Amino acid sequence: MDIDVNKVAMLARIRLTDDEAAELGPQLSGILGYIETLSEVDTEGVAATAHPHDAAMPLRANVVTNTNRRDELQASAPQTESGLYVVPKVIE
Amino acid sequence: MPFSSLSEIKSRLDAGETSAVEVAQLYLGRIAAHNGSLNAFVHIDPAHVLAQAEASDRYRSEHDAPRPLEGLPIAVKDIFCTQDGPTRCCSRILEDFHAPYDAQVITHLKEAGAVLVGKTNMDEFAMGSSTETSAFGPCRNPWDIETIPGGSSGGSAAAVAAALTPAALGTDTGGSIRQPASLTGITGLKPTYGRVSRRGIIAFASSLDQAGAMTRTVKDTAMVTAAISGHDSGDATSVESAPVVDWLGACDVTDMKGLRIGRPKEYFIEGMDAGVRASVEAALEKCRELGAEIIDISLPHTKYAVAAYYVIAPSEASANLSRYDSVRFGHRCDNPEDLLDMYTRSRDEGFGSEVKRRILTGAFALSSGYYDAYYLKAQQVRTLIQQDFIKAFEQVDLIATPTSPITAFKLGEKTDDPLTMYLSDIYTIAVNLAGLPGLSQPCGFVDGMPVGLQWIAPAWREESVLSAASAYEAATEWHSRVPAAFGSDGGES
Amino acid sequence: MSWEVVIGLEVHCQINTRTKAFCGCSTRFGAEPNTQTCPVCLGMPGQLPVLNTVAVDKSILTGLAIGAKINLESRFDRKNYFYPDLPKGYQISQFAVPIVEGGHIDIPGKDGEKRIGVTRIHMEEDAGKSMHEGLEAVSHIDLNRSGVPLMEIVSEPDMRSADEAIAYLKQLHQLVRFLEVSGADMEKGQFRCDANVSVRRPGEPLGTRTELKNMNSFRFIKQAIDYEVMRQIEVIEDGGKVVQESRLWDSVKNESRSMRSKEEAHDYRYFPEPDLPPLRVSQEDVDAIRAGMPELPGQLRRRFETEFGLSPYDADVLSQTRELASWYESLVAAHPADPKRCANWMANELLGRLKEAGKEIENSPVSAESLAGLLDRIADNTISGKIAKDVLDAMMESGASADAIIEERGLKQVSDSGAIDAIIREVMAANPEQVEGYRGGKDKLMGFFVGQVMKASRGQANPGVVNQRLKELLKG
Repeated sequence: MDIDVNKVAMLARIRLTDDEAAELGPQLSGILGYIETLSEVDTEGVAATAHPHDAAMPLRANVVTNTNRRDELQASAPQTESGLYVVPKVIE
Repeated sequence: MPFSSLSEIKSRLDAGETSAVEVAQLYLGRIAAHNGSLNAFVHIDPAHVLAQAEASDRYRSEHDAPRPLEGLPIAVKDIFCTQDGPTRCCSRILEDFHAPYDAQVITHLKEAGAVLVGKTNMDEFAMGSSTETSAFGPCRNPWDIETIPGGSSGGSAAAVAAALTPAALGTDTGGSIRQPASLTGITGLKPTYGRVSRRGIIAFASSLDQAGAMTRTVKDTAMVTAAISGHDSGDATSVESAPVVDWLGACDVTDMKGLRIGRPKEYFIEGMDAGVRASVEAALEKCRELGAEIIDISLPHTKYAVAAYYVIAPSEASANLSRYDSVRFGHRCDNPEDLLDMYTRSRDEGFGSEVKRRILTGAFALSSGYYDAYYLKAQQVRTLIQQDFIKAFEQVDLIATPTSPITAFKLGEKTDDPLTMYLSDIYTIAVNLAGLPGLSQPCGFVDGMPVGLQWIAPAWREESVLSAASAYEAATEWHSRVPAAFGSDGGES
Repeated sequence: MSWEVVIGLEVHCQINTRTKAFCGCSTRFGAEPNTQTCPVCLGMPGQLPVLNTVAVDKSILTGLAIGAKINLESRFDRKNYFYPDLPKGYQISQFAVPIVEGGHIDIPGKDGEKRIGVTRIHMEEDAGKSMHEGLEAVSHIDLNRSGVPLMEIVSEPDMRSADEAIAYLKQLHQLVRFLEVSGADMEKGQFRCDANVSVRRPGEPLGTRTELKNMNSFRFIKQAIDYEVMRQIEVIEDGGKVVQESRLWDSVKNESRSMRSKEEAHDYRYFPEPDLPPLRVSQEDVDAIRAGMPELPGQLRRRFETEFGLSPYDADVLSQTRELASWYESLVAAHPADPKRCANWMANELLGRLKEAGKEIENSPVSAESLAGLLDRIADNTISGKIAKDVLDAMMESGASADAIIEERGLKQVSDSGAIDAIIREVMAANPEQVEGYRGGKDKLMGFFVGQVMKASRGQANPGVVNQRLKELLKG
């Protein structure tokens, strides 16, 4: 299968050089080709499994448990200013 | 002493024959001596290790009873978030990351009195089967340093196999505890999905990831697994009602009388190494001698497990790794031209090629027009694989298989061929898809390289694999072999 | 040939919980940037979501109030896209199986009520805020709002004009406030609307729609829809085609602009959230929530009309919020003789004064019992309605009871005929010519005498008694 590697890379926000794209294209095609063996399996009427066990979601009480840890949480941030995260200008 | 089991060290500590500081010094010395050739550890802070050991000795002197892992050194894969030291998941994108929290299992280890030795090498974001995709360079197998230790928890496996630590934690998404355990001749258990909290463990594929122990003996695995297990209200997939039995007691079993062991025909196929096959068949024969009944069974959808896995895991991963966007943490490229440039260049620079490959595979499988054919189909096949196991467990108590079709391969041998690399997890992946417990233990050697035997039990039946593996271990000596190059020289400081 | 407008609305409504949807951070509005964040809502490595139980209960309550089906099993999915204010790179949202499906909202129309279908209500988490103003090359990100729980309420494309859309939104806005499931403060972004708008010739299939994004005032929504309808009609009548796209309303320029960027079209790659197993609620839980459901605005309005004989206008005003309705019912309980007088005084006099004072009914300085005390004095003729308005002013001011103010200011109405006769005699003595005139047949002078007597009594004479005594005494 041929896939548009650059389009997928854009979805995933990963820059690919032309060389990388040229290498990844056939690799992904190979992997997807292998994956397509799944089409041999008759899955008519088979439920989809998203979670390994049939369990229900537990819920959390509506109680504030967190205090302000901004300085600590921003310690690994690439760029902040006055407690705000800074990024190149967002254009809507 | 260096190749002692955790249980033996514990006995000596409890008897007052040694101290946590002495034990820590011993292993720090071995790390200093051998890590250069193995690259098993990517972060070590000896002063901090000794401080923990001192604190443990102090605790022991001040309290009547020691805690379950009092003073015992345990290394953890670089995927576990720790407040102490860096947590980088062996990725450049987390080069400057310090987690402001401990993973829940780290909290459990600390509360149990363990001494955390350091962070072990791994495939970047746990994506790989050889520990070659690490941003810190490949890890090597102590049995032959020209070969890989398996992956992704290769650093933990190599460290235990070479006795740089008596025990380590790994994570297992498609075999990442069991396959490296197999390739390095140690024991490793992936518990039932939901048994161990995933909170604070950097996610690869959330519906498959599970942390577990890697040790020199089955009993050690039981000890560590018991310490890290338990319900966590902060992880919605951590199961509240999971039955817990006495896992240490389950390890006192020495025979297999009345045990029905399933031998799935789909796991003994062409493509597997003849030596591996012979070792596993011999292991099954040993089980028969121990009183077990070996029953041929079929897990008909096994051949689709790898394909289903390589849709589900990359899909979940592609979303899990979106948070590495260089806004709140993580690597940011220099002088981004604009927002898009910041995203695409930071992620290009931060992720290695295997991680990119998986993210792109996942993004593609989920993309508009392909979801049904790939993702939905894989989920349905996942259901069929689960049902195969359920049916099989109507007939047998346990399933025994090879852990890996081959022994450790040479460094670089498969790096150019991702698909072949993926197929090395062919025996371990189905267990993750079904959420079952699986244990690998040494069961022989081929050309001096270890072979692993995999035990699979129904969900929540860890005690069942621990008992069978203990009985096998008691009747064999594979687990006590030591890689010659890392033998008794010590390298003590 | 005429055009038919087709509008469907998606409302993002903040569920008023103390904590965020998936973590224990406070949702308090207006905190210092990023001080209400934690590893979970910052999407830090290894962090996991656990759903807030109150968000579930309030979503169910909203569903029950619009007559919808509650899905006893629903699930969360991941909606994938990159944006600096979306920490995880995906939003956790109920895509495939929402908690609420179906239901409807009735809006007032020219020919009675019109029923607008609701497709679904699903839970999701809010994103943070990006700030650009006053910044050159950068944007600033505040993630205090990241992870705040939202209900997205999606309507059927059942509205045929901007006015209908606004009527729907007002009903919905009133409902969520009534149910206390949302503060729905539009200025704080707690009630935001996207509108899907298309036009077609009547009877034809649906036209291509555009999506007007993120509007948070009724006025802008109406302007934006009207503008978009005109724009689409012009495009088509000029021989062009409407392009399916998102548009952003610019409330300064009074026009919308396309948000289509040069990047690829969105492909959200939804898939089931592996960190959250299915959400299961029991029928017992749903029944318990139903049992605790308050009377809804429409039910109250109808009951106020039939039980208390209120005008549709008063009934509507007094059923706007739960507080107003319960205040009114307290007032009637304390002054049961005349519910209409209660409604009249509350809707016209009290609410007007509160509005001037910038106060809500909850913090009215005059209690329902206190206002009833005033109405009692009107009923028993202690004071006139006119004086009562002055007394209410004083009550608003001091919080004192009507009786205390009447007593203190000596405002008691004079009904004693002896006292009134004395005043009348004074007035007659002072105006002999008018007395002559009246007796000569000029009946209209009666008004003059009433006025003079009331003036002389400083408004305290009972007007009924004054009339009766004047007639008697003027006969001579």
